Amino acid sequence: MPFDHTHLLGIEPLAPDDIRAILDLADQYADQGRSGAKHGDALAGMTQINMFFENSTRTQASFELAGKRLGADVMSMAMQASSIKKGETLIDTAMTLNAMHPDLLVVRHPHSGAVDLLAQKVNCAVLNAGDGRHEHPTQALLDALTIRRAKGRLHRLNIAICGDIAHSRVARSNIILLGKMENRIRLIGPPTLMPAGIGEFGVEVYDDMAAGLKGVDVVMMLRLQRERMDGGFIPSEREYYHRYGLDAEKLAHAAPDAIVMHPGPMNRGVEIDGELADDIHRSVIQQQVEMGVAVRMAAMDLLARNLRRKRTPTTVMT
Amino acid sequence: MIDTGLTLIINARLIDPEAGTDTPGSLLIEDGRIARITHGPDTPNPPKGARVIDAGGKHLAPGIVDIGVKVCEPGERHKESFRSAGLAAAAGGVTTMATRPDTLPAIDSPEVLEFSRRRANEATPVNVLPMAALTKGRAGKEMTEIGFLMDAGAVAFTDCDHVVQSTKVFARALTYARSCGALVIAHPQEPGLSAGAAATSGKFASLYGLPAVSPMAERMGLDRDIALLEMTGARYHADQITTARALPALERAKRNGLDITAGTSIHHLTLNELDVAGYRTFFKVKPPLRSEEDRQAIVEAVRSGLIDTISSMHTPQDEESKRLPFEEAASGAVALETLLPAALRLYHSGDLDLPVLFRALSLNPAKRLGLACGRLAVGAPADLVLFDASKPFVMDRFKLRSKSKNTPFDGARMQGRVLATFVAGTPVYEAE
Repeated sequence: MPFDHTHLLGIEPLAPDDIRAILDLADQYADQGRSGAKHGDALAGMTQINMFFENSTRTQASFELAGKRLGADVMSMAMQASSIKKGETLIDTAMTLNAMHPDLLVVRHPHSGAVDLLAQKVNCAVLNAGDGRHEHPTQALLDALTIRRAKGRLHRLNIAICGDIAHSRVARSNIILLGKMENRIRLIGPPTLMPAGIGEFGVEVYDDMAAGLKGVDVVMMLRLQRERMDGGFIPSEREYYHRYGLDAEKLAHAAPDAIVMHPGPMNRGVEIDGELADDIHRSVIQQQVEMGVAVRMAAMDLLARNLRRKRTPTTVMT
Repeated sequence: MIDTGLTLIINARLIDPEAGTDTPGSLLIEDGRIARITHGPDTPNPPKGARVIDAGGKHLAPGIVDIGVKVCEPGERHKESFRSAGLAAAAGGVTTMATRPDTLPAIDSPEVLEFSRRRANEATPVNVLPMAALTKGRAGKEMTEIGFLMDAGAVAFTDCDHVVQSTKVFARALTYARSCGALVIAHPQEPGLSAGAAATSGKFASLYGLPAVSPMAERMGLDRDIALLEMTGARYHADQITTARALPALERAKRNGLDITAGTSIHHLTLNELDVAGYRTFFKVKPPLRSEEDRQAIVEAVRSGLIDTISSMHTPQDEESKRLPFEEAASGAVALETLLPAALRLYHSGDLDLPVLFRALSLNPAKRLGLACGRLAVGAPADLVLFDASKPFVMDRFKLRSKSKNTPFDGARMQGRVLATFVAGTPVYEAE
C-alpha cells in the first residue's frame, strides 16, 4: 500500500507502512542533506505557507528549510501578530489564504483539533506542526527516524518518555507511533503531569525514574513549560530536577547503550543535565534536529505527489 | 363547523405516567381540559358537535414539560426567538417550556421578566413559564428580588451554568428563597475543578488532548449543595445529574427527607463522550458528555425514579460560535424537536417503557413546578402529544424550526414523530 493521505494531521491515521514510507524517503533526504547537493525539485512550482498561531523557532525554521530544499516558494506567517488580533476567525483566515492557492499549509495552533478543523475548509495539503495538546506528527516521525538510525530498528525497543506527559503533544504522537511500531513504552513523571486514563493507552506508568529507566534502550525527555514549574503541578524547579531531571546517575539505570533524546528547546538543569545533553556518546539531540528537516521534506514530498495525482485540470474551489 | 370546544380522540394508546400504564382507550377534551377518559378498545359515541380524531392506534401522552429551555430573548434573537422556539416546541410535543434566564441581559429583575413574558405570550403557541436568575447578573454576589419576581410569574430561580461560588451568598439565597417558597435550580459542579474544561477527563480526552474535568466535580458540587439544603431547608432541583458518582449522594439526600429533585439532559441520556470524535463541536455541551458507564447509570436512575426529570437543555448557538476549535467553541445543543425521538431511543432499546419516560418528561417536571398538567387525568389541562413511536426518519438539521441548527443528531437515524400537539385542547401542531 503506497502512502495515500491528503494531509498529515497526526500519527493516529497512519498505518505502520505509511510511517515506514515516510522514514525510508527521509533517510534518503538525510543523506542528501549531508552532501554538497542539498537541493531537489520535488516541490518546484508549489507554494508552501507556514501559519504559526503559536511561537516557534525550530519547527518553523525546519519546515521552511525543508520546503526551500525541495524548491517550493515558502512564506512564513506569524499569526499572533496578524489578523487574529483583529478578530478574524481561524476559518476566515484559512479561507483567505486558501484563495491564494497554496499547495502546502503548515499549521501550528494552541488548541487541540484546530488543524483538523482548518483542513476541512481548504483544498491543499495540510501538515500539523503541533495542535494544542493533541499531536505533533513530524516530531514523532523525526524521533522515530533518529531512533531507527541509532538503534538499527524501530520495533521491540524499550522506550521511556519522561516528564510532562499531560500537556505534551510530542508525547502523544510518540506514544501512538511507537505503539504502532510495536515497542514497549514506559511513561515516567510525577502523577500531576500524567493525563487521566493513561493506563488504558497500553503503556507502563512510573513515578520513579530509577524504576522506570531500568534497562531501557531509549530515554526521551520532554520539555517542562516554565508556567508549570511554580507550585501548580510540581513544587519547584529544583525538586523536579532532583527527582525527574536526567543526569548520569539516573541514566545509569538504563541499558549501557541507551540513547538520550529531547525535542528541544531544553531547560538545562531542569529536565536534563547540561553535560549529559552535550555528550555525543549518549545524546542524539543534534541528530533529532537534522532528521527534522529530512522528515519534513519526506512528508511534504509524499503529500505533494498525492496532490498532483488527485488534481484534475480544473480545480474548483468550494 | 362551530367550535364547541369538544374534541374526542379515539383509538389511541393512552400513556398514563401516574398509573404507569399504556393501554388502548379514548379521551374527550372539553373547554381545554380532559373531560373523560375511556379505557378499552371500544369507541364511545362522540358528543354532539365534537371533533373526532382517530389516533389510529398511536400513542397519546401528556405534553412534555421542559425545564431549562433557552430562548435567546432578550439579547440574541438571531439565535432563537420566542416565535421560533414556540414552533419548535409545538412540533416536538413540548407543551410547557420553563425558560432559562441566562439571556443578555440576564432575567434578574421584574421588568426584564415582564418583557420576556409579554414576548412569550405574543409569539408562542405553547405555555411559557419564565425562570429568573437567583443572583443579579448571575454574578453570584447579590440575590435578586425573589419575592417580586415570583409575583411577576417566575416559576424557579437559577443562575443556570453559573455556580454561585460563594457558599455564604448561596446559603443566604437558599434561606431567603425558602421563606418565599421558591424553587431553586442549581448546576452541581465544583467550579475550581471544571474551569476551562471542554471534555470529561479519561482516555478519550487525553487522546484528543482536550482540557478535561473529572466527573468527581459534579459530585463535589452536589455534596456542597446538599449540605446547604440540610442547613436551610430550601426547595432544590439539580438541573443535570450526569455521572454515576453523584447518584449515591442524591439517593441519601432524598432518603433523609430533603426537598430535592434532580434532572438530566436528553444528550447525557443518549450520547457519550466518544460521539465527540473528530472534534465535533455540535456535541459540546455543558457539562461535557460522559463515559458510556455514566450514561447507563443515568438511564437506570431515570428508570428507578432517582432522577426525576428529563429536559432538552435546549441551547441555541449560531454557526459562528460553533465553527471554532473545540476548546473555543460555544457549548450547548438545540433539542426541543429532537427530545422526544431521542428519548424514544431508550424505549426502542428496551431500557425505559413509555409511562416511565413520560413520568420524567411530563409528570415529574409539572409536579415540581406545581402545575396541574403533565398527567392524563380528568380535570387536568388538555396539554397532550399524539405521536407515532415507531416512525423512522433521518434527522436533517436544516428542517428544524429553531433558528439555530446546532443539533448533535444531524444525519442520525431516529424513530418517533409527533403527529399532533394540543395545548389546552387546541391543536398547536399537526403533522402533514
